[in-house]
Formats: sequence, structure tokens, C-alpha cells
Amino acid sequence: MKLNRNTRIAAVVAFLAIVFITVPAAISASGRFDLYYTLTSVALLSIASAGVWLTFYIGRINIGQGAYALMGGYVSAILVMNHGWSFWLTLPVAGLFCAAASVLIGLPILRLRGVYFAMVTLVLTEVARLLALALPITNGAKGIVSIPLPGALSVFGITLIPDFATLQNSRLAFYLLAVTLMVVCFAIMYRLVNSRIGKLCQSLQQNEELASSIGVNIANLRVIAYAVSSFFGGVSGAIFAAISQSIYPSSFTVTDSVNFMLNCFLGGLGYVFGPMLGTLVLYFGWDLLFQTGQFQLLIYSGLMIVLMLVLPNGLLSLAETTRKKG
Amino acid sequence: MAEMLEVSGITKRFGGLVAVNNVSFSVREKEILSVIGPNGAGKSTLFKLISSFLRPTTGEVRLKGERISGLAPHIAARRGVVRTFQETTIFKNMSVRDNVIIAHHLRSKASLFGFFLGTGTAKADEAAFGQSADEILTLLGLSSLAHEIARNLPHGHLRALGIAIGLATNPSILLLDEPFAGMNHEETMRMVEMVRRLRERGLTILLVEHDMPAVMKISDRLVVLNFGQKIAEGTPSEIQANEKVIEAYLGSEDEAIGL
Repeated sequence: MKLNRNTRIAAVVAFLAIVFITVPAAISASGRFDLYYTLTSVALLSIASAGVWLTFYIGRINIGQGAYALMGGYVSAILVMNHGWSFWLTLPVAGLFCAAASVLIGLPILRLRGVYFAMVTLVLTEVARLLALALPITNGAKGIVSIPLPGALSVFGITLIPDFATLQNSRLAFYLLAVTLMVVCFAIMYRLVNSRIGKLCQSLQQNEELASSIGVNIANLRVIAYAVSSFFGGVSGAIFAAISQSIYPSSFTVTDSVNFMLNCFLGGLGYVFGPMLGTLVLYFGWDLLFQTGQFQLLIYSGLMIVLMLVLPNGLLSLAETTRKKG
Repeated sequence: MAEMLEVSGITKRFGGLVAVNNVSFSVREKEILSVIGPNGAGKSTLFKLISSFLRPTTGEVRLKGERISGLAPHIAARRGVVRTFQETTIFKNMSVRDNVIIAHHLRSKASLFGFFLGTGTAKADEAAFGQSADEILTLLGLSSLAHEIARNLPHGHLRALGIAIGLATNPSILLLDEPFAGMNHEETMRMVEMVRRLRERGLTILLVEHDMPAVMKISDRLVVLNFGQKIAEGTPSEIQANEKVIEAYLGSEDEAIGL
């Protein structure tokens, strides 16, 4: 999708205006403050999904993002609770911890392709859950609870972000935090994909042998992409832990890992903003179907199958075909 | 003429099977050398050994005196040994031009992070790659197809694109894997012309091939393999007169059926 420069700038400005001004205004006008929590979740889930999308972009099916979200949540929670760190510091540390772990895990498993890689990553989520149950530091099935809300963030005596506990509306604060990170995350992704790195990732996806014959260090590039992916997973998990003020071994399960992947499929694997749209539609779609009661899962999965058959390239491929016709 | 590539005593065993057995030869600078042999003679294995896609059991390959066998393929490519592939190994969902641009990877001066930030070096790289890609496409007669998605190209052009990708890496020696396979006479002649043009630009070329007429026409020297062993080496006319070669291709006299 190539838009001209002005259209792109206009689209970005419109998007920022919607998420930072229109949505909060609409919510306070309607009084549906619960929507803040929903939209915060969507923003955070879309960050984790963006990571999964990046591994798709190098040609690997990743069903293991839940493991890194869980890991990020625990790293942040443990640092805050046991070591008295500020939440703001634990946020990047949780991401980096996950990235480092993913390098160690990725070096052997990224050699696998196709369904074999997918299966191993599927197991990762389960391994992470079992580890969280077994390790002394994670406090087993009881999890880590009563995590304090994020404190103030000050740099050189200037308070950039106030203490969340003193705010009247911490939901709004979390919403703004999540949306800001989502914007940053997708800006990074956009830049990655539209720079030469994106082309290199595509070359891996399309033919690894040829890529290595033209001198691309494929093992290295795969690990880098996977580390970025896991970084996003860890950051999103860390904020989830801070919002719910708790983290349990079952906070992120195989179902979440599968959902991250579905978000990417639904939005479109060829479009960098696919995971964002996919997460939004999937999250709200699931909630809307709640009224159908016992048929919720049946209708939901039926719709998913139909969508994948009709729109194999995701929802965003609709926009492209319309533009071509017009 | 200086020696560009030296293959000495190279052997590859797959379990009990000896695919390539103690083969030695060398490729001189700006030479076109072809490796030929009947089916199953070990040509493809030898090709992979030279391009470092396989690790030799014993023996070694040296480029300008430096050992390259046993390195990872992308390191061998960095040293200047670059291969093309049989059939249609290209980045099929990219445009023809993007295929060639991406293949300039080894020439980039900027780091990955530099490309992410869009530094001056990265921008200069991008501009240089684009220009060089256009030159290569013109050289190989692909410029009218530059913006076509690669998977839509006809067969002959795909092979040319494969060579364009190889050229973009700026190799010291280009290894062509069966460049004439599946081509009709006209296409073959066009490809022969193309390979000659590459040599005129100072490239050393090693090719593995079936198509005898084309090979005889194009090569300075040939190496003939049979059952993994080198049975002959020499100019096309020497090879054509060599009894061992004729035997390998036509089969020895078979007394059992009275020939």
C-alpha cells in the first residue's frame, strides 16, 4: 500500500486525534468508563500481536507470544515487589529481559521451519506457565498480587508522569499509557518494514537459501526479528500486570498465544497495521457475540473460518482492492 | 593468468556413498570453466561444496589463496564466491528491481540500525543500489520488466533474473547452476551471449551444465566428472577427442549384448 506523503501525514494526524482526543471525549460524554479498560486491553494486545506479526514477516508461525507476555509481567512484578524498583524502569527491563531470553531460545529453534517451529513455540507458552508454577520466585499458583500502581516518573526533578495512585481516573491514565506505547510500537514497526530491514525480512520469508547466497546472515536476522517480537510481548505483559495489579501463571495461556496469531491473520499478514485492526475487531467481535450465550464460540469460530476463506490476506486487503477499483 | 579458485582433493561422503571423490582443479581469472558429466556424476554436490552450501569431508576450496570451504554460505558470498540456483529460485513476491536491489546487501556500508534510522550513509547506499540495479537490469535485458512482480516472469527471464541477483553481490567468481536447462535453442544462444558479456566485464565464471553444444561453445576449459571422479580436464576440442569422456557419455562397449 503506497499512499502519497500528504495522505499519509493526514492519516496519522487523524488517527492520533481519534485515539488521544475523540475517544476520551466520547467516553466521558457517554459515561461508559469501562470502555477505557477494554480499549487499553486492545492497545496492549495489539502491541504483543505486532511482535507476532514480525515473526510472520520473516516466515515463521509464532504461537508462543504468551510466554514472553507472561515473562514480562513477572519480571516487572518481581522487580517492583521484591526490589522496590519503579514501574517505569521495569518496563524497558522487562522488554529487554524477554528479548535476551528470546535470543537464547531462538538460536536453536529458529532453525526450524513451518509447522515444526509453530509447534515448538506453542509448547513455549505451556513451559512458561509451568515454570511460573514451579519457581520459588514467582510464588507458584498464588501468583504475585497487590502490586502497587505505577508511581510518579520524574526526570531531573520534573514530573513527567504523575503517581497513578493519586489520580482520580487511573483508567484514563492507563489508557493513555497503553495507546502511547501502541503508537510508538507501530511507528517502529512501520519504519522497520519500510526500510531495507523490511525487505531483508521479506527475503527470508520468500527464500532463505537465496538470501544466504546473496550474503544475508539469515541466522542473525531471524534472531533479531524474534528478539524485537519478544520485546513487544514483554512490554505488553508488564503493563498488563501493572493494570490488574497482579500476575498469575494463568495470566497468559496458550489461548492468548493463539489469539495473538489470529489477530495478525485477521488484520492481514502483509500489512504492518494488520495486527492493530485485527486485535480491535477480534476483541470487540468476541464481546458482541457474548449475547448469543452458549453459541458464542460456535459463531465466533465459524465466522473466523469464513473470513479466512473469503479474505485470506486479511481485512486490510479489502481496502487495497477498493482502492484499485476506484 | 592467475588462479582465482582452487579446488584441491575435495571429497564428500554421504554415509557410505562417495558423491565426490578426490577432485582437484582450478579456475583461472576471467575464465569460463564448465563442469560436465552424466546424471549422478556428482556435479551438483561439487557445486554445493564450492559455494559452501555443503562442507567437504576432506579437501578444501581456496579463493585467491584463502580457504573458503567449511564457511557459512553468507560468509563465502562475502568473500566473493556467489552461486545462482537451478530453476526458479528468486524472491517471487518482490518486483524484479527489488530482487536485484536486495541482492546488493553485501555492498551496504550502513548497519541495519543505520537503515532503521535512515542515516545519510543508508540513504546513499539505497541510491547507489538503485542505480546499480538499473545498470544490471539493462545489461541482462530485463529493464522493461523492472517493475513486474518476479513470479510473473517467463522462464528465460527468470534465469536471467537469477544471474542478475548473483551479479548484484559483486562476486569475484560467479557459479552458475545449469544456466541452460530447459531452454530452447534461441534462449540458449541468448544466454551464451549473456554469460560471455559477463566475462568481458571481468568476471570469472564456473558453470555446471548438461547442454553439451552450449558448453562447448562457451567454455575455455572443461572438467568432466563421472561417478564422483574427475576423468578429464581440458579445452573443448581436447575433451571432445577424449576416449574416457566418450565412454562415460555413450557407455563402454557392452559385450553382453554383442556390441
